[in-house]
This record gives sequence, structure tokens and C-alpha cells, in this order.
Amino acid sequence: MDSIFKSLAEIVGESHVSSQPEELYIYSYDLGTTEPHRPDYIVAPRTTHEVQEIVKLANRGKIPVVPLGGGLSLAGLAVPQRGGIVLDLKRMDTIIEVNGKARYVVVEAGVSQGQLISYLEKYHPKLRHSEPQAPGPATIAGNVAIHGQGDLAQPYGFNSDMVNGLEVVLPTGELCKIGSCSVSPIWFTLHPLPDLGLFLGWSGTTGIITKLSLKLFPSKRIREVEQFIVEDAELVPEIIYKISHTEMAEDIFAGTQTTIPARMGLHHVTMYITADSEKELEFKTGLIWDDALGEYIRNGDGGFVDLPPPIKARFTERPSMLLSTVADAKEGGGFEYVGGIMPMETYPECCKRGAEICSRHDIPQLLIARVIGRSHSMMFAWAYVFNRADLESIRQAREAVHETDDLVLELGGAIWKPGVYGQRLMMQRIDPTTLKLMEMVKGLLDPNGIMNPGNWEAV
Amino acid sequence: MFELIFDEKKCLACQTCDCLTKCQYMDIDIDTAKTEMRKIINGEDSFVLHQCVTCYACEEYCKMGNHPFYLIAERQEELGIPPTPKPVIRQWVQLAIPQMGELKIEQVKEPVLSMCMFGQLAGSIQGKLFDGVSILPRENQEGMQFFCQLMYLHFARTSVIKERLPRIIENITKHNITELICFHDECYGTFTSYAPAVGIEVPFKPIHFFEYLYNRLVELKDDIKPLNLKVAYQRPCSSRLSPEKLHFVDDIFNLIGVESVKREYVGENALCCGAPIRGQRKEGSRQLAIDLQRRNIQDMIDAGAEFCVFNCPYCFLTLSERVTKSGLKPVFMGDLCRLAVG
Repeated sequence: MDSIFKSLAEIVGESHVSSQPEELYIYSYDLGTTEPHRPDYIVAPRTTHEVQEIVKLANRGKIPVVPLGGGLSLAGLAVPQRGGIVLDLKRMDTIIEVNGKARYVVVEAGVSQGQLISYLEKYHPKLRHSEPQAPGPATIAGNVAIHGQGDLAQPYGFNSDMVNGLEVVLPTGELCKIGSCSVSPIWFTLHPLPDLGLFLGWSGTTGIITKLSLKLFPSKRIREVEQFIVEDAELVPEIIYKISHTEMAEDIFAGTQTTIPARMGLHHVTMYITADSEKELEFKTGLIWDDALGEYIRNGDGGFVDLPPPIKARFTERPSMLLSTVADAKEGGGFEYVGGIMPMETYPECCKRGAEICSRHDIPQLLIARVIGRSHSMMFAWAYVFNRADLESIRQAREAVHETDDLVLELGGAIWKPGVYGQRLMMQRIDPTTLKLMEMVKGLLDPNGIMNPGNWEAV
Repeated sequence: MFELIFDEKKCLACQTCDCLTKCQYMDIDIDTAKTEMRKIINGEDSFVLHQCVTCYACEEYCKMGNHPFYLIAERQEELGIPPTPKPVIRQWVQLAIPQMGELKIEQVKEPVLSMCMFGQLAGSIQGKLFDGVSILPRENQEGMQFFCQLMYLHFARTSVIKERLPRIIENITKHNITELICFHDECYGTFTSYAPAVGIEVPFKPIHFFEYLYNRLVELKDDIKPLNLKVAYQRPCSSRLSPEKLHFVDDIFNLIGVESVKREYVGENALCCGAPIRGQRKEGSRQLAIDLQRRNIQDMIDAGAEFCVFNCPYCFLTLSERVTKSGLKPVFMGDLCRLAVG
């Protein structure tokens, strides 16, 4: 037993640390196309104190530390590029507090989406959080840390906009609190303290989130889904503008695909309408259907498609398995997507150019774009399926991902949760003074460069 | 290409124009009806082509043996007046391409029952009522190989029906069958009404599902335990193509001891489930569909029904949730009969 293993075992207990090859193998890759890299140790702390001790140990030995939530970013963000310690946070799975009146929840970093959904359904059925279309094991903290978005993104923005407070173990092992929790026992707001937005979007390179407070929102009793379809991609931005203008839809996303023959050549704008009564539902549906989109229906350019209950159920199940289902469109179960935060008006070009990339790499097209913040932007997901057992298929998908990263920037967008390739592209483009500030922040917080090295490398 | 056989002389000589004057969704007097039918026959635009909700009922109302609804659907397509927005039609047309999925020809023993595109409901074809019945499609994913395609009347795409139906008939015929029990009214109407109307040959004898059920219940008469229920029947649009078979509904109800409640929306006055109407281009279509559904279900409740009985799977999909919320129990006719014979 080496000394690092022994020290880690002393911190978390021997059963929660491993350097067994078969376990290192599991932690060496994620589900996307990123090349695997093997860690040296896996450690699963239970407490914030244990995280601090591990980070202090890593600092002494200048050992890389890679924080891991559900491991479902698909962009390789928790693949240990330089080996070292993978810090698996799943044991930190306590839902600490739900404040029903102030509508927020405080959770430990390992609490999963599925866990929180079922907890709220059981104990606080009138509350919900913005649920990403990720499998249940994806973590709340992981999603927030990558500026994730969920099914309340349309009215309320990114999930990282819904953070009320953070507890973070700094790369030095010190503990830091951000938000009202730094001056009060109540984790109810991030404001009005000085802005310290140092930990979201950094891919775990500036610290380890151990606790966070997340805003909750009203959970309506009825959740309906409607789908409006058009042939002309050019119509999609204005249709979304009109729907979002009504403020009657909770979640809106548009997409096109070639995986389901019936949907080929069409653009589907899917919207969720929620209500506490049939009367409320009818009012909201009428505003969208009759007032906002009536003219397209009458002139025949677009229409609502009938969704029978079994199909509707697939759209309304929680956690949503829709994306997971289409992810296996090609045999072999491989799936990665490039997320691009794009201006609304780029939708037609995003579709066209995405189709060209798919065609070049023999991959069926699957594009989904979620509206964020009442059309302030769209989160595009250019999804590429591949066969995990076929190296050529993986290579094609990886190239498609890289080409899409280039496309996002070319069209004036920003790459969401970029992998290493995308991070480099972003750094080549980023304003030099901004890059310098990022370098200063990173250098100040992580003087030994131990936090998830390989990511934001130039920084 | 197959062409609709429509006797214009008969139509123009008609004194009642029941096809339009009896329409539940348009208020048309006899003179207007004659004028508009003449326009439609001549291939001219008519408000009827824009206002038609595609309920099929004029096929039943016509006493001249003509096919007013098929003609309306043809003219809508020819003149570019689709009742539903184009992208919605495109999705439906792309959904049911018959060559999707591999057709496996296997020996099937008669009697043979076609589930059309509703293979997922084949689980209800079991028990004494269906002893020895073979089912097409044999696997759910083969459904489109047997899908009768008549649904495209709702979308004014008769060209799609004419193009695909011969292949569907060929797929069925390859199984060397002499008779085909049609689970759905729509298939029966396709083979006995639409195909002859456009000159497509059907080389097997279609059997209406309710006729099969009735005959089988007669054979099992001693096993029937009267259900003593009050029911309302949701008559589907495609039943309008075979009104001569509608009596089997009451015949079956009598055999299994259920009372068909006396209500307003029965027989010729039956209401559409709303599914085809909801997304149509006409102003107010969504509201009309909601109104129809409310009126229809309320009528069932007011008449004292406990169950709402369906033939059409799409009516079932559309109405069952509302029916259940209203305190009624939705049930397919076949399942109701199975309850009676155990």
C-alpha cells in the first residue's frame, strides 16, 4: 500500500478509496468520445471536512484532483487528463433543507436529479427545481457547475442563475461560502454581496462545490405538452418569439432530426404548459394556440400535431428519458453532443450546418435547442450517436463534435460545457484582457495547479 | 392511377342533397347545397371544401349511392385546400409508409383478423371469443404493412391512399386468405367502400369485427353472463362507410345484457371524437373539438351511461382520459364482450 493510498484511507476509510485497476478503468472515461485517461486513485468522501483533508493532501504532493458528480457531462470534463485523484462526490447525498416558503433547497454535492425530484414529489409536491433532460443519476451540483439548464430555463434562465449560495472547498483546502449563507444561517439569496462568480463554468478548476442552495419554483398539478410543427426552419425563431411573448409556456424547445422517418424534414417546437386547474390550462393553451400561432395554422404553414396519451407520457415523464432513448439510435450506445449557447436567430443556420456535419460523418441528425430566458438565447444540442465498439464510428463522432465546436463560434455563439478541444477554441477567441483576468483568478485560487488540470489549460 | 367513380348525374338530380343539408358542422339549405355540390363536381372552389371537418358522415347521408366525402377529399387535394396544415399532413404521411419494416409472409390459419396499425392492442384478442383466430400483423413493427391508409381522407390526400392501398391489399393477399376480419371500422370501410369506389380490387372478403363478435357470441350464448351495465357507444367516423353494420352494436349489447342508453348523439347524429378536427386550419377548430368532446361525454353521463364503448383505437386514445375524468369507464367493444363470456 503506497503512502498516498494510506493517507486517503485514513481520511475516508479504506472501503472508500481504491486504486484497483478495474475501478480505475471505470473512472478513466465518460460516455462521450473523449480519449480515456486513467486516474491513480478514486476516493469517495462523505463530508466537507474529508474533502478539505483530501485537497490539502493533494496540495502537499501536487497531485491532480478531479471532482466528479454523476459523470454525465459527456464532454470528458471529469476524465482525469493528468491522472491523480478522482474525487467521487456521490456519497455526499444529503438533502439538507427545503425552505418551502422561500422556495429553495440546500443539498450536498452528490445529491442527484432523480433523488431531488422524488424527494420533492413526496414531501413538497408544490415545489420543483429546473430539471435537466439528463438521466436521474446526474447531480444537482454538477449541472449547476457547468451552467446547465433545465425545463424551467425558458422563464428563469440557466440553472446556475438559480443558485442562492455555495459552499466551496478551495484548491488550498480552505472552506469558503458564497451568498447569504456567508453572513446568515439562511441560504436564501446570492445577493447583494460583491460578485464572486468564481466557481461556475470553470469545470472544477477553481474549487470543489460541496453544498449549494438552489431556487425552487411552483410545481403545477397539470403538465401538458403540445407540439407545433413547421417545414421551414426560418419560421422557428419567430414562432418561439410569439410563444414566449405569451409567457404561458414553461419549457420550449425546437428540434429536427433524421432518426425517426415520420419527423424527417420537419421542425418541432415542443412546449410545456402547466396549470393547477383545467380552467388555467385552457386559458394558457388558448393564448398560445389561437392568439400566438393561429395565423400559421390558418395559412397552413404550421400546425399542432396530435399527441396521443402514450406519446404524451414520454414527454412528461420525470426524469425525462427522451434524450436517453434517442441517444441509442445507432447500435453501440455511444452518444455525445455539443452544446452551443446561441442567439435565437441562428436556428436555421444551425440546422443547415449541423445537417452538413452529420452528412459528412454518416451520423443521423439530431438537433435540439432549448429556449433560455424568454428567448434571450437557445441552448443547442447537436447530438452525435456512435457505436462504442467501433473505433471508426467513435472517430467520426469526435470529428463531428470538433467541427461543431468550430461552428458554434463561427456563428457567434459560445460553446456550452466545452471539452478540452472546445476550451482551446474559446481561449483563442476570448478577449485578451478577459483571458488575463481568468489567469489571475486561476493562479490566485490554485497556485499549485492541482484542480482538474488539462482543462482551461492555457489559463 | 385509380379514379373515383362518382355519378354526377345522380348527384345533380338529387332532390334532397342530404350530404350537405344534414351536415352537423355546416348549416346549409337545399339551394345552397345544390349550388355547392355543382361547384365541387365541376372542380371549382366551394366554401364546403374549406369548412368540411372530414367527419365522413355525408357518405352515410347520401341516398344516391354516391361518394360525396371522397369527392370532397379529392377536390380539396386537387385545389390545394388541405383541411390541416401542411407540415402536420407531411408527418402523418411519413409515419405510415407501408414498406417500413420487413414483411414476413408466414402461413396463417383462418380466421384471420387484421389489427391494421394497432398491433399493440392485439393483447385483447384472446380468450374463448377468439379461439383459433390468427392475427395480422404478427409482430407490432409490421403494422404499417397492413395499415389501410384510409386515415388520409382526413388530410385530403387521396393520392396517398390510392398509391399505397394496392400494396397493402397485396401484403394481405400474400397470406392466402379468403376472409379478413377487420378490427377497425376504418379497414372494413376501406375494403368495402373506398376500394370499390376508386376501382381497386379486393380479392378477399372483409368481415366487420362486430359481425364476427356477434356470430361468435351466438355460438357461445350459453357462456354469456349478462353484464347488466348501461353503456354509451362512441361511433367512429369510419362507421359512416358501413352503416349497414351498425345494427350489430345493439345486437351485441342485447346478447351480453347491456343497455345502450338513450342519448342524443347516436346513429346518424353521432359526434366526432374531435381528433381530426382539433388541429384543422379553420378558425375555431380547437374550440370546436373541445366543445364536441364536452357535449358528447355530457350526453353519455346525462343518459346514465356507466361505460363508454369504443371500436376505433384513435377515438379511444382521444377520449378515454376525458371519459375517465368524467366518471365513465372507457372500454373496447371486444373487451366488453370478453367480460360477458369470461
